[in-house]
Amino acid sequence: MLLLQTSIPVPKDIPLPFPAPEWFLVTILIISFLVHIVFVNLMLGGSLLTLWCQIKGIKNKEYDTLAHEIAKTITVNKSLAVVMGIAPLLTINTLYTVFFYTANSLTGLMWIAIIPLVTVAFLLTYLHKYTWNTFSNNKPIHILIIAFACIIFMIIPLVFFTNVNLMLFPEKWGTIKGFMSALLLPNVFPRYLHFIFASLAVTGLFLFWYVGRKNYDFESIFNQLTRYEVKKKAYSLVLAASVSQFIIGPIVLLTLPSKGLGWNLILVIFTGAIISLPAIFYMYKAIVGKPENINKNFKIVVICLTITVVFMGSGRHIYRANTLNPHIKMISEKTQSFIKESEIARQESAKPQTAVSDKTDSNKGLEIFEQNCAACHAKDEKVVGPPIREMQTIYSNNPSGLKAWIKAPGKKREGYPQMPAFANKLSDSELNQLSNYILTIK
Amino acid sequence: MDIPLFHLDWLNNRMLIAIIATLHALINHSLAVGFMPLVTWLENKGVVNSNPHEITDPKWDKMVYKMMWTAFIITTTIGAMTGVGIWFSVSLVSPNSIASLIRVFYFAWFVEWLVFVTEVVLILIYFLTWKNANKTLKAKTRHIKFGWYLSVFSWVTMAIIVSILGFMMDPGNWNNEQSLINGFTNPLYLPQLLYRTPLAMVLAGTLGLFLVSVFTNKGDTIRIKAFRYIGKWILCWLPFAVAGAVYYFNVIPKTMLANLQVAIGTQSFQQWYDIMWKVIVGSSIIILITAIITVWKPQIMKSYFLAITLVFALGFMGLFERVREFIRKPYIISEYMYSNLLREEDYPLYKKDGILKWATYNSTPTVTNENKVEAGRNVFMLACSRCHTTQGINSITYVFDRMYGNTGKPFKEDMMKSYIKNMHKSREYMPPFPGNDLELDALVAYIKQLQVTNEVLEGAQEVGVAINKDQSVEAFKSQFANKETQNESQNNLVKK
Repeated sequence: MLLLQTSIPVPKDIPLPFPAPEWFLVTILIISFLVHIVFVNLMLGGSLLTLWCQIKGIKNKEYDTLAHEIAKTITVNKSLAVVMGIAPLLTINTLYTVFFYTANSLTGLMWIAIIPLVTVAFLLTYLHKYTWNTFSNNKPIHILIIAFACIIFMIIPLVFFTNVNLMLFPEKWGTIKGFMSALLLPNVFPRYLHFIFASLAVTGLFLFWYVGRKNYDFESIFNQLTRYEVKKKAYSLVLAASVSQFIIGPIVLLTLPSKGLGWNLILVIFTGAIISLPAIFYMYKAIVGKPENINKNFKIVVICLTITVVFMGSGRHIYRANTLNPHIKMISEKTQSFIKESEIARQESAKPQTAVSDKTDSNKGLEIFEQNCAACHAKDEKVVGPPIREMQTIYSNNPSGLKAWIKAPGKKREGYPQMPAFANKLSDSELNQLSNYILTIK
Repeated sequence: MDIPLFHLDWLNNRMLIAIIATLHALINHSLAVGFMPLVTWLENKGVVNSNPHEITDPKWDKMVYKMMWTAFIITTTIGAMTGVGIWFSVSLVSPNSIASLIRVFYFAWFVEWLVFVTEVVLILIYFLTWKNANKTLKAKTRHIKFGWYLSVFSWVTMAIIVSILGFMMDPGNWNNEQSLINGFTNPLYLPQLLYRTPLAMVLAGTLGLFLVSVFTNKGDTIRIKAFRYIGKWILCWLPFAVAGAVYYFNVIPKTMLANLQVAIGTQSFQQWYDIMWKVIVGSSIIILITAIITVWKPQIMKSYFLAITLVFALGFMGLFERVREFIRKPYIISEYMYSNLLREEDYPLYKKDGILKWATYNSTPTVTNENKVEAGRNVFMLACSRCHTTQGINSITYVFDRMYGNTGKPFKEDMMKSYIKNMHKSREYMPPFPGNDLELDALVAYIKQLQVTNEVLEGAQEVGVAINKDQSVEAFKSQFANKETQNESQNNLVKK
């Protein structure tokens, strides 16, 4: 067992060049991934908020309305989350082919289970959205629907984290036995927690904007709740989630295996964290300040937090690059040497082994028979097709009849599969040699 | 062999892809490519046929909205997720082939993605603004315009993906010129598109009829009107779909014969090909009858009959996808990579050294008498498991037993060996056996054991992987250290 653990594989890469310069693919990966993840955040955060509001709405009808309003956004955000996920998926497949596919494969059942699970979760969100009136007198059932969707939405990121984490550690690949063992690698859960809180923060910010839009007719939807109240709650959520990240963030950093840590990473992450401070300050001021000032500095908050997210996304990539670059170098050298070995073997095999012209007709017949017929026909007994003895009885002294059959076999007999035609595979002289040979086998 | 092999020993790996991909193609054709123009056309009919003081006929509009609601729910859940599912399942089952395609087709897929994003945004706009758009005629007209844009983008999404599919089937191109243009210029591209487009319209029509029968009551005037419109829609497209099918299936064997030297006499292909023709003719007749009844005698049309028609229409397409899949064999990427994920050009190396030596993940780099069966299992995983299982669909013991006449007798080693060595010559859909003679012995020993033990082959997702010592970091380093000392000694010689 110990031996297995110390072994680190050096697989070969796909022996084809990248379709674009690496920096280009990396840029696409970072940006498209962040766009994807923002919509995933909104989908997950939106579902959790809906659930929370609806539970609160059992006592206070206003919150049930708020839940309905948030629920309407989930089904849009989830569609965008899926479609925006394609570009980063395509790009990570290109850049980290062997690493990503290996992680997928080792956790294969859970990985493919994402497809039916997410489909079910999506259908549940629609069911929830379109049965608001149907279940108005049966709230527990209605809440159960969104609760199930939430559970699935909470599981899916865990599968993704397990995979992108596993791909970083080739030294662990030999020890993984299915999804659960990959899930229990030390830094999966801290990263997951980090993501969940980010989802809440992003959703809070989204809600703040959503209810504040000019053409959003807040007053005709709600009776008691005011825009200010909802906005204040949304900001409080963002603030609480952001501050929590200052505790979770360091834990994530500490649990990351040291091999990818470097000053470049620390610098990027700390810069990102510092940039979020003004946003936290302004949100705090808005929450404790006067109601009419709540919208002040919203743009600055959004800009600062966006920059933070970009820095964190880049940090994530830097860690990945730091971790994998030495291995990628080995893999590419290995791939090159394999291509060379393959080339040498190809040239060797292309050299003619024995001069064909030296052979007698009957030798050639034997060779053709061995290569084309022996798989199905034996001398005395039925294998796939009838034995040679039977052919000899049917076609004794009639090689041209046998030849015609081989070229285009007739209808198969009972209990025998159809024989393939050899008209296009063997030349006329080869067919002659073959039929003569078959009839002379002793 | 450089990526741990995921394996489903009962369902069969290819079946996993087939289920997801067929479901996706059916939804894509019947509910997106064909359905969007149908819905937009019907929405427009509502406006055209309404009373002068109304923007649209509200009852009619509500029915069309419900049809769109169905399409929206299904396409944005099952449709979207099976699309992603194709990626997921292919990358699990056939990682080397999809990775190679992505390296070449990255920008094709990127453009496809941009078009797809547009399509999704348009479908969100089109569906979610439907009710608001009913307030003014201007908004309604604009809404209908969005429907047409959506239709165009749905079609373009399909037109691009057909190019990528076509490329994979087009022999020779991979080795000459690896570019997207080849996808569009290959001989199967236009026939496929000319077939798929009208077929999508027909499928959408049969589905549309069924939905109308669900969303309206018997005897409703809008029901009869809708039946008539959709019936005419089908009658317009059906001839093109049949013509497209005939054209396409005349091109397939020619391309195959010209480029692959694969005789279409191959029995299983011939069987599928024959069944497919019967189904195409049968479904076309049923669709035709349904369409004619809905146009001339809409009042007698029943829901269940429409459901049957729909099933046949979907079967029409499902079988077609099966045959398309078949003609790719023995390759997964024409003349470049076999369906066992090994590149044709690496075969001489594998024949010389054996595949086990070069496989990153296996417990037996060399075959010995002691590890024979285990080595055979590893060979099976590397060379056979992409298409064959040990106990499930298309299992290896089943195919051998069938070939030897369903006797159930123990397989004969020598016969199996000489068969496996030469099978690609008589069974053109099989790739040549890639390994050396020792590995062939091991494989045969394993298959013979399978015949008596019924043991199950577990994939990397369950039992993980064993790392081949020859392909580990340690081996890599020592190899490198050797090279460097060689270089150094050479340098020293030069210095002296």
